[in-house]
Amino acid sequence: MQNRKIVKFREKILEITFFLCAFVSVFTTFAIIFILFFESYDFFKQVPLKEFFLGTQWTPLFAEPKFGILPLVLGTLITTIIALLVALPVGLITAIYLSEYAPHKFRETVKPVLELLAAVPTVVYGYFALLFLTPILQKIIPDLSTFNALSPGIIMGIMIVPYVSSVSEDALKAVPMQIREGSYAMGATKFQTAFKVLIPSAFSGIAAAFIIGISRAIGETMVVAIAAGMMPNFTFNPLEPVQTITSYIVQVSLGDVPHGTLEYRTIFAAGIVLFFMTLFFNIIGYFLRSKIREKY
Amino acid sequence: MDIKKQDIKEVIKINKIWEFLFYFIGLISTFIGLALLCVLFIDLFLDGYPRLTYKFFTSFPSRFPKEAGILSAWVGSILVMIVTAISAIPVGVLAGIYLEEYAKKNWFTNFIEINISNLAGVPSIIYGLLALGLFVQTLKFGESILTGGLTLGLLILPMIIMATRESIRAIPDSIREASYALGATKWQTVKHHILPYSSGGILTGIIIGLSRAIGETAPIITVGALTFIAFLPTSPFTDTFPFISFKWLFDPFTVMPIQMFNWVSRPQKEFHINAASAGIVLLIMTLAMNALAIYIRYKFRKRIKW
Repeated sequence: MQNRKIVKFREKILEITFFLCAFVSVFTTFAIIFILFFESYDFFKQVPLKEFFLGTQWTPLFAEPKFGILPLVLGTLITTIIALLVALPVGLITAIYLSEYAPHKFRETVKPVLELLAAVPTVVYGYFALLFLTPILQKIIPDLSTFNALSPGIIMGIMIVPYVSSVSEDALKAVPMQIREGSYAMGATKFQTAFKVLIPSAFSGIAAAFIIGISRAIGETMVVAIAAGMMPNFTFNPLEPVQTITSYIVQVSLGDVPHGTLEYRTIFAAGIVLFFMTLFFNIIGYFLRSKIREKY
Repeated sequence: MDIKKQDIKEVIKINKIWEFLFYFIGLISTFIGLALLCVLFIDLFLDGYPRLTYKFFTSFPSRFPKEAGILSAWVGSILVMIVTAISAIPVGVLAGIYLEEYAKKNWFTNFIEINISNLAGVPSIIYGLLALGLFVQTLKFGESILTGGLTLGLLILPMIIMATRESIRAIPDSIREASYALGATKWQTVKHHILPYSSGGILTGIIIGLSRAIGETAPIITVGALTFIAFLPTSPFTDTFPFISFKWLFDPFTVMPIQMFNWVSRPQKEFHINAASAGIVLLIMTLAMNALAIYIRYKFRKRIKW
């Protein structure tokens, strides 16, 4: 009898310990939100929200500082869009090829190797963008400056291909075999089946893959910090240097900005914008992804 | 309807061309990334190979590019990884076990799940800001190895949790039922059956997580790791009782990717060569860890047949 009580007690203690471990994730999320708001509270007391969100100049380190986040947001968007223009077509076609065309053995070998693309440290990609791709691109586009949005954007695109292709492939795999067979029975080719039947039926999953790609590209830091320059430029031109939200945070962290100053708080204010941008896409991505499993 | 045989042949021909074309486009787009990976490796190797000598590993960074090395960087990377592994592995694995084996299906479990999947997508630099506010400012750990390690620990936690859950989910229920039928408690079932059977997948996840952490730069920059460190942290072993010291946890540090970033962002060409050499070392470390993970996954998948 006594023994049983001890066992029960032990079980309970263990369960609570396990629960606390799982709770660390909830704690992390709240800590992120709390720290971001807490550290930037004084910033928003001094800088009106209107200037922050609508100002087109970001010069917090100048003698006469201006705190308009738009140039950083624009820089982030430009590099993200270039990355997506590379990652979406390549990722989707790779997914279709691997799930519909490639033989089983080939797929099992290629997939882990493809995943290595996401494993390469981003600082190495940054080196590659700045010292390999940019000089090559400069031969094709003479106007390209040494630091630009184009080259890191392309590299980032290749980097996120594995994210896009693996989620898209899961979505395509989830489409039941009967739908494919129905299409083939009507005389459709593999190509027609893929584009007219499979993509529409796997749409929510593919959308999830795209959104995960967007969120990755927005948050990517080192490639743009190395190869895109550190100039908060209010421009739509991908050939000019730009600064993203992430590379601004890196720039300030590298320098000697004393803790507690307004400049120091700007990185948390920029962090809030970045966090909510990615949170928005992550949550949409989560729900679209959970739909893949429900549908069939 | 007046469809001629000729027209049908035409349509079939066009379809076949498309079919053939797409086959090649698919092949190209699958290999474009791999080709880039190869070019990247060759480029780094050509640039950095001459500097990759024994002296490069045993020298501190220096103002003179030819004398600079990565001693403080690789030592720092290893120490930070130790802290990361010790903090993230137990918490991640136990959290995974809780969510798969213990948690009831209710709104709170659901909330934890959404949370974890969101955390996996939070940009790494945000973890750096969290660490700056929490570990450096609030808990006063300073810009130390402890701070760096814990930051990366939080960063890879979602990856370890997800890997754990995935490999636990692959275990069929009949195993659990057999264990319960013999009177085992939940913990006994987990200890004797669930953990051993899922260890391959968990190990794979841990190694991939650590390889991600070793290459991570942004959050470490944000917590304020220095780029110029010409000394080693305090040795963990001492001459006097108790022969072990934890003072190194609070020492300033630098890591491999930061050293490389520092060299890349200098204008002199000579430093770029150093950056390439550091890049080779970094790349070999991460690729080796990933290869190991792939191998373990392959091995376990072959061995276990339900």
